[in-house]
Amino acid sequence: MIVSLAPRVVGELREIAGAPHVLTAVEDLIAYGYDATWYEARPVAVVLPATTAEVAAVHRLATRERIALVPRAMGSGLSGGSVPLEGSLILAVPRMNRILEIDEVNRVAIVQSGVINAALQDAVESRGLFYPPDPSSLRQSAIGGNVAENAGGARCLKYGVTADYVVALEIVLPDGTIVRTGGKMLKNATGYDLRALYAGAEGTLGTITEITLRLLPKPRFTRTALAAFARIDDATATVRAVMASGLLPASIELMDRLTIRCVEENAPAGLPLGSDAVLLFAVDGNYEAIVDEELATIAEIASAHGATETRVAASAAESARLWEARRAVSPALARRTPNKLGEDVCVPLSEIGEMVRRIREIAQRYDLQIPVFGHAGDGNLHPNILCDRRNREEMVRVRAAAREIFEAAVALGGTLSGEHGIGLLKKQFIELDVGSAALGLMRRIKDAVDPLGIMNPGKIFPDPGGADAFDLP
Amino acid sequence: MEFVETKLGFQEPDVPPESVFNQCVRCGLCLPTCPTYVETLVETSGPRGRIALIKAVSEGRLDLTSPGFMHQMSECLDCRACEAVCPSGVAYGRLLEPARTQIERATAERRPLFARLVRGFALGMLFSNMALMRFAAALLRFYQRSGLRRFAHESGLLRGLNLESLEALAPAMSRRFFVPSGELRRTTHGVSKATAFMHAGCVMHVAFAEVDEATVRVLTRCGCDVVTPRDQGCCGAIAVHAGEMELGRKLAKRNIESFERSGADVYVVNAAGCGSTLKEYGHLFEADTAWSERASAFSAKVRDVTEFLDAIGIAPELGRIDGVVTYQEPCHLAHAQRITAAPRRLLASIPGLILREMDESSLCCGSAGIYNVTQPEMAGRLQERKVANIVAVDPAFVATANPGCALQVAAGIRKAGRAIEVKHIVELLDEAYAAYKPTSRASSARAASTLA
Repeated sequence: MIVSLAPRVVGELREIAGAPHVLTAVEDLIAYGYDATWYEARPVAVVLPATTAEVAAVHRLATRERIALVPRAMGSGLSGGSVPLEGSLILAVPRMNRILEIDEVNRVAIVQSGVINAALQDAVESRGLFYPPDPSSLRQSAIGGNVAENAGGARCLKYGVTADYVVALEIVLPDGTIVRTGGKMLKNATGYDLRALYAGAEGTLGTITEITLRLLPKPRFTRTALAAFARIDDATATVRAVMASGLLPASIELMDRLTIRCVEENAPAGLPLGSDAVLLFAVDGNYEAIVDEELATIAEIASAHGATETRVAASAAESARLWEARRAVSPALARRTPNKLGEDVCVPLSEIGEMVRRIREIAQRYDLQIPVFGHAGDGNLHPNILCDRRNREEMVRVRAAAREIFEAAVALGGTLSGEHGIGLLKKQFIELDVGSAALGLMRRIKDAVDPLGIMNPGKIFPDPGGADAFDLP
Repeated sequence: MEFVETKLGFQEPDVPPESVFNQCVRCGLCLPTCPTYVETLVETSGPRGRIALIKAVSEGRLDLTSPGFMHQMSECLDCRACEAVCPSGVAYGRLLEPARTQIERATAERRPLFARLVRGFALGMLFSNMALMRFAAALLRFYQRSGLRRFAHESGLLRGLNLESLEALAPAMSRRFFVPSGELRRTTHGVSKATAFMHAGCVMHVAFAEVDEATVRVLTRCGCDVVTPRDQGCCGAIAVHAGEMELGRKLAKRNIESFERSGADVYVVNAAGCGSTLKEYGHLFEADTAWSERASAFSAKVRDVTEFLDAIGIAPELGRIDGVVTYQEPCHLAHAQRITAAPRRLLASIPGLILREMDESSLCCGSAGIYNVTQPEMAGRLQERKVANIVAVDPAFVATANPGCALQVAAGIRKAGRAIEVKHIVELLDEAYAAYKPTSRASSARAASTLA
């Protein structure tokens, strides 16, 4: 492990990216040491390239000097994916923030990896087009990071996740080779699907520099409705019934009692305090009457399953307020305790009620507060274990509870992560989910693409010693 | 053997509270709202990075006087845009201001004597004594309006004394100052709805006296009695932002006492920067139980003039002002006080005036108190960005609600060679009231009733 770069190497980085775009001051190293988890480490330096050629040159230098490289977009990840371990060099892409093309005929957008998700959405929507993946971090996260972690969002129920929209990629391999894969066409059965390989690879196989994304026509109408429940079981039963009814809402979001309270403390959005759970539905389409009718059907189903209140947002402003509130949930939970461990399990829809029950049972058994919210319609839940890292006794319980939540998800046929990735947070648990054969295959791919092991070391794959990610500083 | 370097940390009093910085979960939502982040795209120059640095100093991992830390605490505009969007509720201003105070205390003796004297004089004398400020302003006015200024420029005297940039920053002084007289001005229309304490301001009353006068006219026109006590003074914002908390507290006490003695119902301010400081007096006295209650009670009565007018409802007899207006949101109104709708409603109520929104209307223009002096390069970049956004909507007027913004935007527009007028919202209202003629509908209604 290196703790600082040789002046000669720093000099070469400056030649590549320009002196102002190479940072080595201690303050900069502190500021690039984290993402949106609690992990912190210190990189050896930070380089902010502006072009693919510069990225490739940084890779060649890193390969020659055996320097670990961590690609980083906005550092808003929730799995520790961009935290720089083992004296890594941060390769930050925010300067690569241009939307290169919006092609209305082929319905694709070509962007550099540092383009902010919301900026892309605004740009395409002004032309009547639509980029559905909407992680809650859409205002601050960049497309490059979205692809690297295969981000999801509320609309994924109807529209799918980031990977489903990636039709072409420009990738810089660890040794600096530039690979372009895919194109503007929507179908492509030629060879291995490298786009799928890199979506969710968390920067362990190279740096993504340019992304071509599929776009849809923007639905003309979107309506939001809310249903409140006195028992969370009624809410999850409603989700199952809605999905069994043949309807396909854009989103079905769940927020439990504690989540509702944190949201209302942050920015009152009119959620019914005191309910055990609320569901937030979005229905979209091109025919207003059909959208309204579907929403009415959903409200009927909710009422039939014990909803204490159903309400349709009266205006676009009210609807926007509800969705802003929903997106702010994860950080708003921090108002309760100094830290939180945000989980991201995903189970088959049929098991969602059982998963919620098991989370509540685990919370009770370990005497922890675990608010649950998430994309109930696609089975993706975010139990967040509220905690204080300074309390050692509590952290022992937090770790045990986290493990049990993972085990429960896997036992129900689900997975560790629906949309945040594995990163550091869940690497000790990955084998539990994918099994040794699949993990072995993943490792062989990693070793083949990155034989020197310089790309984002310490992520995804468990530590041989079995040390727990909770032990990190 | 291990060598452990001791780092200079924060010292009581005025330590950035751990409970505040620990609330940051580093989600990064603040980054795209931060003017210095969007200009640099460097994490360290964003709120999340700055909070991480404050935490590092607090935990002994970074020296308080390290160059990067001092630079970041100075480069931050204290615009509070981050605070307004933070879902975790991090009160960023309550970290930055004490951090600056800490740096100020630790480095004061390192500054050159002359700089220390100038700073001491400006903060300790000018902003503390309004009569003295008026005297200095009168000198400045003489300098600006007589031939002296031209002489200073042409002779190279300013350049010689290295005062060129400082001189350019001094706002043009008003022809007549707005001197608090202590008298009560009765409402000109109907029964009084409330008695308003008029905050005359420090810079406002000598450089924007016409805005103060317009404020009194509009308030009395809209049904308020207005009192302007003589014993009021500067709100202390300049001192607090510069890290002079003690002086800030001294100035705060004076205003609190003045308001308490006045018996007014509400404390009205027409400068957004002052308003946000006045509304946060409670925080200044957190460690002083005797004063904290009085300060909080005072703060609860403070209203920005746009907020107040919007709440009481303005008199409807507004004349026409034809043209497009765009609204430059003062950071300390939009972010620190979260007032965004009231100013727009007031502008929209003026007949003939078309409100056209610019891009990034709430991104700081780079004025930010004395930021022009401390960070001229970044201030210039943000000014250019702002002017480009203004020019893109091609307005006749830029409306704002803070003197710093008005100066910065006007200077930027001049530099760009554009003819766009910069006005306080209250000035536009005042002009609209002056332009009022009974409308044809009103007069035809009268005609109709005569006929009947």
